[in-house]
Amino acid sequence: MVKFKLNGRDVSVDVPDDTPLLWALRDDLDLTGTKFGCGVGQCGACTVLVGGRATRSCITPLSSLEGADVTTIEGLDPNGKHAVQEAWKDIQVPQCGYCQSGQIMQAVSLLKDYPDPTDEEIDGVMGGSLCRCMTYVRIRKAIKKAAAALRKEEPSNG
Amino acid sequence: MGKLERIAAQQDRAAGRGPSRRSFLLTAAGSAFLFGFARQGKAAQVYPQDAPAALQEASAFEPTIWCSIAPDGWVNVNIIRAEMGQHIGTALARIIADEMEADWNKVRITYVDTDPKWGLMITGGSWSVWMTWDQFRQAGAAARTVMVEQGAKLLGVAPSACIARNGQVIAGSRSIGYGDIVSRAHPTKTYTPEEMAKLPLKPASEHRLIGKDVKALDIPSKTNGTAIYGIDAKLDGMVYARPKLPPTRYGSKVVSVDDSEAKKVKGYIRYIVLEDPSDTVPGWVAVLASSYPAAIRATDALKVVWTPGKTANITEQDILDYGRKQIANKAGGSRVFNDPGVDETFAKAAKVVEQTYTCSSVLHYQLEPMNALARQHEGKWEVHCGNQWQTLFLPVIAKALQVPESEVVMRSYLLGGGFGRRLNGDYAVPAALISEAIGGKPVKLIFTRSDDVLFDSIRSPSVQTVRAALGQDGAITAWQHHASAGWPTRVMASAFMEKGEDGKPYDQFAIAGADHWYDVGPMLVRALDNDLASDTFRPGWLRSVSSGWTPWAHESFLDEIAYARKLDPVDYRLSLLDSKGRNAGSAPNSVGGASRQANVLRHLVEKCGYGKVSLPADTAIGIATTFGQERNMPTWTAGAVQVHVDRKTGVVTCQKIWLVLDAGTIIDPDGAAAQTEGGALWGLSMALFEGTEIVDGNVRDRNLNTYTPLRIADVPEMDVEFLPSTEKPMGLGEPGVTTIAPAVGNAIFNAVGVRLRHLPIRPADVLKGLKEKGNA
Repeated sequence: MVKFKLNGRDVSVDVPDDTPLLWALRDDLDLTGTKFGCGVGQCGACTVLVGGRATRSCITPLSSLEGADVTTIEGLDPNGKHAVQEAWKDIQVPQCGYCQSGQIMQAVSLLKDYPDPTDEEIDGVMGGSLCRCMTYVRIRKAIKKAAAALRKEEPSNG
Repeated sequence: MGKLERIAAQQDRAAGRGPSRRSFLLTAAGSAFLFGFARQGKAAQVYPQDAPAALQEASAFEPTIWCSIAPDGWVNVNIIRAEMGQHIGTALARIIADEMEADWNKVRITYVDTDPKWGLMITGGSWSVWMTWDQFRQAGAAARTVMVEQGAKLLGVAPSACIARNGQVIAGSRSIGYGDIVSRAHPTKTYTPEEMAKLPLKPASEHRLIGKDVKALDIPSKTNGTAIYGIDAKLDGMVYARPKLPPTRYGSKVVSVDDSEAKKVKGYIRYIVLEDPSDTVPGWVAVLASSYPAAIRATDALKVVWTPGKTANITEQDILDYGRKQIANKAGGSRVFNDPGVDETFAKAAKVVEQTYTCSSVLHYQLEPMNALARQHEGKWEVHCGNQWQTLFLPVIAKALQVPESEVVMRSYLLGGGFGRRLNGDYAVPAALISEAIGGKPVKLIFTRSDDVLFDSIRSPSVQTVRAALGQDGAITAWQHHASAGWPTRVMASAFMEKGEDGKPYDQFAIAGADHWYDVGPMLVRALDNDLASDTFRPGWLRSVSSGWTPWAHESFLDEIAYARKLDPVDYRLSLLDSKGRNAGSAPNSVGGASRQANVLRHLVEKCGYGKVSLPADTAIGIATTFGQERNMPTWTAGAVQVHVDRKTGVVTCQKIWLVLDAGTIIDPDGAAAQTEGGALWGLSMALFEGTEIVDGNVRDRNLNTYTPLRIADVPEMDVEFLPSTEKPMGLGEPGVTTIAPAVGNAIFNAVGVRLRHLPIRPADVLKGLKEKGNA
């Protein structure tokens, strides 16, 4: 039995400890917004935040999460209106949309480290997130838009 | 369209259905069923998600099966196309809503499940808008006509005194909403298809939604985790399954199964050796477990001994060599063009030039791995999955289960990528068979990524030889294009094949593109079915099908000829796009013919500065032009690519892509741009970044550790433009792909003088070319 915080709520999951977080989320906790893509941590579709850091849930065993704070796409914002989500809608980023939960979670993580990211920083961080529809031009644009919105929202204290 | 209708009728006959299914439902009843089926979790098939639930369906006015107007004023549009990223529901609803003069803020789309009444359910070929354009405008006109007639009556004026706008019928200062008209007048007016076809349609100048910006209705759900794909489908009591794949796609036989190790996996239930009367999944063993991770582990632990099929040792080289032999043999294949005088002109040519171009295998690698959920429920077999060609695979599933087609229904879900992979519904068959083996209980079959790749219906490797007869002055006097590849349509949908001028069937999706619009004298275009390829794997339709690789041959070849003749490749192409003879074009699809291709090319050249701008060393622009997907549905396309070649490493960097397209009327400009951007980057990915090889009877690469599609850092600057047009809309899902590879090849030649004739282009090939050139 592993206990952790999921989208702000305490949860416990009674499945084998080596179960990847991805499948516990999808099949035991009914949060299917996190997607299965490559299964080896190389496409980014399964990205969630653990302790605020982008984490590939398909290769993260539940046993490593005891007491951790996990956020999925469903818990990013109570109304689905995080600045990154708003930018994604505004720029019309998703096509098939299958990778986009992971892209959004990765972008949220990116913007914590780089509030005003350059193209190189975006490429460096987002390079692990495959979009087979190739929406990359718009991902880049939306990240910049979200960055601007977040900077307005939370003035830098540094 | 005519052809597709014929094929639909053919399929109807094959399935024992009468022609009545294609007529329109004419009463108010009939759409409430859409919401009755079990789909636990959030129903994702209706957009926008905050549209009111379909409580008023029973009292809605449904002038055709395609749309209804409820008493609350909401318009529902039924979408029979798969939603796989093209926002097709939004585009099609814009067509019907525009003609209907509906209030866009009260338009809801419903992605429907299979039902014979929908006719041909296919989403591919970039056809959706093109094949729905007339039908949806007529359906919209029918609804508008009734609203005006009934609204006028309620307002006490003549219909001629009314206009329809924004979901209202207006007479001077008075107006009445569509919902009120439905609730007060209870219209039931009906139209036969013939009557609908006679209704006056709005001129392009009166379009109020078509061509205007719109937010796609499916997008919000794709930013908050609420979008439901096939892999998300869930039913009470369902178990999980994973395939244990045989060593060859065909012909493997199970000798023995040992599950002693699998039994040690907690959650393992059992294995099943599948018996498949449809022969879709020969030699399959499925592993059942109570969770998917357990299914993964138990499958790994299960030991199966097979007798492999005869292709266990086939390699990519074997397939390409076989294709070369087919081309070298003058007999065989189907002649798509076989103009009189080809042989004679070649025989008396001053010179004959030829080149051979090859392409490697390509994986779909759609991000949602193959999956399907199946069960027997209330006397029907249900298969829940995303799919692009339900009409093709419903009968196959029925055959596998040995039940009539009427006992099978496919539930529709969003597709986590299609790209043609889900035109082939082979993955749905084993799910149904597994459920059958456990008494119809729900089972969710999911492929791991390596399973998905090994079972992919890849883009076949191809060999093409293009040959030109030249006159004394060097001008082309006759042309031959021979192409050998595995034929997906022969394997999966042979009734769908076209017939060549020699009367022999051929797979148009393994030759389209070679039947180009250039005037090069009499032409022979020969399609060859590489059956060693289709014996080894199941060839697939992959984004742009052959139009993604035939231009690699002839658009490279034209540049080679132009260079040899010291002509500018653009001017040379323009001189060949003379719109004469069969290249003059015809209504409704190709009005203007080759002159429109010339037009996009001219526009592109002005835009990208080709031949005018001065670029740094080893940097150059290359050009290519196509007609998109199909001769009968031309999306006139011109592409330019700027590359830099690193002479030390051989690495080719694409710096910029320009595309100019004339696709006729554009419905959703932003969606059109998105499709074209994605298509172009697929083109670039297949030119420089991805590709695999057959080794020991299957693909070498199994996942992203070795398969390396383009990623964000590889994306160049992009400039996509659509020329304004009020002609019939063509397709846009694929044309973006078509020019990129030859434009890259031509750009590399222009940059460093190395001509490459194999895709994908690898740094080693560039280095080899540079070395050879240095030695020459």
